[in-house]
Amino acid sequence: MTATTPKRSGFVRELLGRSDYAIMGEIVEPKTRVLDLGCGEGELLQWLAENKGVDARGVEISGLKVQRAIARGVSVFQSDIDEGLADYPDQAFDYVILSQTLQETRHPRQVLREMLRVGRRGIVAFPNFGHWRMRLAMLLSGRAPRTPLFPYAWHESPNIHLLTIEDFEELARAEGWAIERRYFLARHRKVAIWPNLLAEVGVFLVRR
Amino acid sequence: MIVQSNVVRFDGISLDSGATIAPVEMAYETYGELNAAKSNAILVLHAFSGDAHAAGVSPETGKPGWWDNMIGPGKAFDTNKYFVICSNVLGGCRGTTGPSSINPATGCPYAMSFPVITIGDMVRLQKMLIDWLGISRLLSVTGGSMGGMQALEWAVAFPDSVVSAIPIASTSRHSAQQIAFNEVGRQAIMADPDWNNGNYYGGALPARGLAVARMVGHITYMSDDSMREKFGRRLKGKENFSFGFDVDFEVEGYLRYRGSQFVGRFDANSYLYITKAMDYFDLTTGRGSLAAALEKTNARFLVISFSSDWLYPSYQSQEMVRALRSRNCDVAYVELQSNYGHDSFLVDVAEQTDLVRGFLANTFEKAQ
Repeated sequence: MTATTPKRSGFVRELLGRSDYAIMGEIVEPKTRVLDLGCGEGELLQWLAENKGVDARGVEISGLKVQRAIARGVSVFQSDIDEGLADYPDQAFDYVILSQTLQETRHPRQVLREMLRVGRRGIVAFPNFGHWRMRLAMLLSGRAPRTPLFPYAWHESPNIHLLTIEDFEELARAEGWAIERRYFLARHRKVAIWPNLLAEVGVFLVRR
Repeated sequence: MIVQSNVVRFDGISLDSGATIAPVEMAYETYGELNAAKSNAILVLHAFSGDAHAAGVSPETGKPGWWDNMIGPGKAFDTNKYFVICSNVLGGCRGTTGPSSINPATGCPYAMSFPVITIGDMVRLQKMLIDWLGISRLLSVTGGSMGGMQALEWAVAFPDSVVSAIPIASTSRHSAQQIAFNEVGRQAIMADPDWNNGNYYGGALPARGLAVARMVGHITYMSDDSMREKFGRRLKGKENFSFGFDVDFEVEGYLRYRGSQFVGRFDANSYLYITKAMDYFDLTTGRGSLAAALEKTNARFLVISFSSDWLYPSYQSQEMVRALRSRNCDVAYVELQSNYGHDSFLVDVAEQTDLVRGFLANTFEKAQ
């Protein structure tokens, strides 16, 4: 599981095939406690445990993915994210990760509040619905947009709360959360200007 | 794999009820080798009708152990890597002191003079065994059903001795429904005239009552799906109904067979005592809440339940998991899809094997 070396400035290396993972791998401090919401088969958690010595836990709704995660030695429990956090005491984790899952939750604001209750910091990555390709697709087709980033037909999409980078920033302001770091990605490059238009993915390090 | 079958005798044990049993003997088996650091020991805890013979082929009976599909070289509990111990529970009838054992004070079987026991008592006797074996920390305590209850009791009663616990298809307290089924079993036994207030040793066994109790038990261990699959409405050895009360349906034949077979290997009084111990089990007793009970434990947990298990439904495992989470314990949980009902942990072990193997490997690595 070696990451490729940066080839030029602005290029983001991949971790486990994903640029947002690479950024999370950078953000998370060694020997911390990490909870990954919607952790899938636990690949990121396993990487963090092996490379950063973190105490790694995960929540995942799919039983099959939970099985695979546990089989690889990651402590994951099967639960809905919308309900899975209530039992944890306050500030139980250093980081709570929500990777490409916010737009799939039923109550995103509640999930974010809970994340920042049980974790000292939240790391949130989500696909940017404000990306120009989305805007153009909608404008030209007049239909629910489908792009490489949002490939699903409207009737089978798991994405039920679509949001843009500006939307997230606005919610953070309204809730009084501090955004400590923000990263904007398009493919493997960091986006320097007009992130709401040009970024495909936003990654935010947030605290209450 | 070499099966080591042993009996160890201790001076006595004080029970939760205030009574004492002295002396007390315990049958146990071990598989694999204890490493030099004594850090690879796993205690496997049997369910209601199990015994110390968990794996391998018994030199006496030639039969495989009750979890032979899970314990052995290369299996989930890999005996090439781990030292696995299994003992018969206190109150049992397979080598550990129970109501069918001779009371040294009278020279007769204890029968109903045997004191009422608890899951906590069973675990304290197991702790004596583990101490006697010179093991201070168990890499894991594990079992299904009543074995899972003991695993939980271990983690709570001896937090410093348990690195991890794997309770499967289990609960932190018996529910009204679970108590109800056990009571039906007990009443069936006690209604048999041959039970004779427990004094049947040397005479006719309460075979009818014990068989009926076991028949009820077997129904609760299966699921509607698995019974439909296994028996359906098929008739046993006939084309038409007998218009009588002999066995017509295959399911009737199966239950009668399992019932009568059980009489040959299980003591009716042990049935009464062990089911009572399960019914009394509630991890919160004397400890406030479940979260408070788990306060001292720092074990890692792998909790497994099965979708079709209606005797120990998933909500009971989830209750346990929620309490562990509220204590910020390291807990993994999954509900496995299986049609085999409560029996799943014994028969449907492919996925269970992957989970246990990964969890143990990671736990072992972390504990070194």
